[in-house]
Amino acid sequence: MSDQRLLSRRNVLKGLAAAPGIILLSTLKTGPVSGAGPGDAAGKIKGHLWGYAVDTRKCIGCYACVRACSAENDVPAGFFRTWVERYRVQADGTVSVDIPSDPDEGFQPVEGDAVKAFFVPKICNHCAKSVCNQVCPVGAAYTAPDGVVLVDDAHCIGCGYCVQACPYGTRFIHPVTHHASKCTLCYHRITRGLQPACVMACPTGARMFGDLNDPDDRLSIILQQRRYRVLRPEMGTHPRCYYLGLDAEVI
Amino acid sequence: MNFVLPNEVNVTWTVMIVLYPYITGLVAGAFIMSSLYHVFGRLELKSISRFSLVSAFVFLLFAPLPLLIHLGEPLRSFNIMITPNFNSAMAGFGFIYSAYLLLVILEIWFSLRGEFIRCARGIGWKAGLCRIVVMFNLEETDAERRADGKITRFLAGMGIPLACLLHGYVGFLFGSLKANPWWSTPLMFVIFIFSAIVSGIAVLIFLYLIVAWINRWEIDRACVNSMARYLWGFMMVAVSLELLEILSIAYKQTEEWEILARLIETKLFLSYIVLQFLIFSLIPFLFLGIAVLFRLKTRIADGLIWLASSMLLIQVLLMRWNVVIGGQLLSKSMRGFTSYFPGLLEREGLVVAVVIFTLPFGILYLFNRIIPLFPSHPKLSEGDSSNS
Repeated sequence: MSDQRLLSRRNVLKGLAAAPGIILLSTLKTGPVSGAGPGDAAGKIKGHLWGYAVDTRKCIGCYACVRACSAENDVPAGFFRTWVERYRVQADGTVSVDIPSDPDEGFQPVEGDAVKAFFVPKICNHCAKSVCNQVCPVGAAYTAPDGVVLVDDAHCIGCGYCVQACPYGTRFIHPVTHHASKCTLCYHRITRGLQPACVMACPTGARMFGDLNDPDDRLSIILQQRRYRVLRPEMGTHPRCYYLGLDAEVI
Repeated sequence: MNFVLPNEVNVTWTVMIVLYPYITGLVAGAFIMSSLYHVFGRLELKSISRFSLVSAFVFLLFAPLPLLIHLGEPLRSFNIMITPNFNSAMAGFGFIYSAYLLLVILEIWFSLRGEFIRCARGIGWKAGLCRIVVMFNLEETDAERRADGKITRFLAGMGIPLACLLHGYVGFLFGSLKANPWWSTPLMFVIFIFSAIVSGIAVLIFLYLIVAWINRWEIDRACVNSMARYLWGFMMVAVSLELLEILSIAYKQTEEWEILARLIETKLFLSYIVLQFLIFSLIPFLFLGIAVLFRLKTRIADGLIWLASSMLLIQVLLMRWNVVIGGQLLSKSMRGFTSYFPGLLEREGLVVAVVIFTLPFGILYLFNRIIPLFPSHPKLSEGDSSNS
């Protein structure tokens, strides 16, 4: 009698022990979703490696790029897929940085003597070793085969870990979808042979976009011939957004 | 000059993410206390061994609740187990949590099977519930009892590394984020484990003394004294590690320190320096030291130990707040700070946080109605009441 009971209890325990195994097996079969970007299906874009460059000496801080990005990508108010920072360095070395409080108004004139002043546009750096991809628990942050770091809205759980992990502060949780959102380099445009909205809107050509895999591309040539820096190289993220004429004050 | 990157004006991780490591810390600490009896043979802790195990269980049940409330897509929460990205530290949560929950449930089942059977033999809803729990097996032999004891010990032993893993993982989650200098330290997960143990012991003492006072039980002196000594020891290690972490960054005087020093001096001065260290670490340290080192009247000793436990519960909550929220106040521009204080009635607000934190205590009360958490506690005689 008691043996039978033990046996039945043992069977129940076996069942309980098997449950995590079944979950694990189903996991292995399904696998992470990273890498399943739209680039796979498109075929045409295979072989591209999109990169981005900013010539800070050309930026005039007109903010047309930010407004273009907001309009093109329906960016919610109060959040930014791209922005422009204004740096002012005083004679005593004091640095002040600001961005417009209202993107539609743009930068307002400021008082005070600055010995050096410049604008620095910022976007997602589309890092080759992106931290956001690494930390996303469900693989919803992924890099398309053409190097663009994207968010898979169908899988994002809105945990915000990628927002915390990005050293550049370019990600945010969309207030309506509650998913992570960020610059896609206007993926819907570049996969059709168009330029990102911010690049198109820039009146001075400070923002540049191109194919790093194509040696004859303007971006590739610029990066071969000019000196550039990336933001926060110590993070080991290997950004594919390159800055020409960047000041040491910029983080 | 305060410059915050435009997407950082609102913090992403709210008070819910403060509550989550706090609750898992209580789990880990309470479980380790129960294992000190079951595995390491600290027999003086027998009075609270059942209580500590069940406390670990009820807190564990509610640990994911703040996460679910925080998630943008709570219905997709199981995706972290169905389509996990194993490169992510967070992907470990589902597996570690499930394994630990299973282990705690099994340990409770094996260690309390006899109690459940006795309850199941009665009548009423409690007996019905207990019959389901013991799978309608209402007989128990000595051989089974011995087997249950062995399995309980085994599970209690296995649970210790798992408890450390569960909470160490939370510390790792923060410590591994290189983008945030306030979080990015390998000490983080060690600090989290020790502060978890502190909060776990503190909540057990806090509740045990309250329950004993309300029911006018004779307090198990050996048990309380032992817990107070453990609490004192673990809090010394935890606070020393917390101080060492900040001192090592300060001493190195790296570029990061410039902004971290400003963070501590301005935004976190009250919650970090004044509250976490000066008030809620130093005072409990002194109280416990007095209670442990000096011979006091039991009433005074118990009072000091209870006060110290209550204060350490707040200290650990402050530590979680200062880590989780403090790290987000610091902008990645390294040139400024944002602000945050939870609203009262919003989804991730204070009322919801208080409700989530209160629920485990309610479940603990209900559990106690079915299976007494403190078996065989003698009532105080009238003459002893002055010493209680």
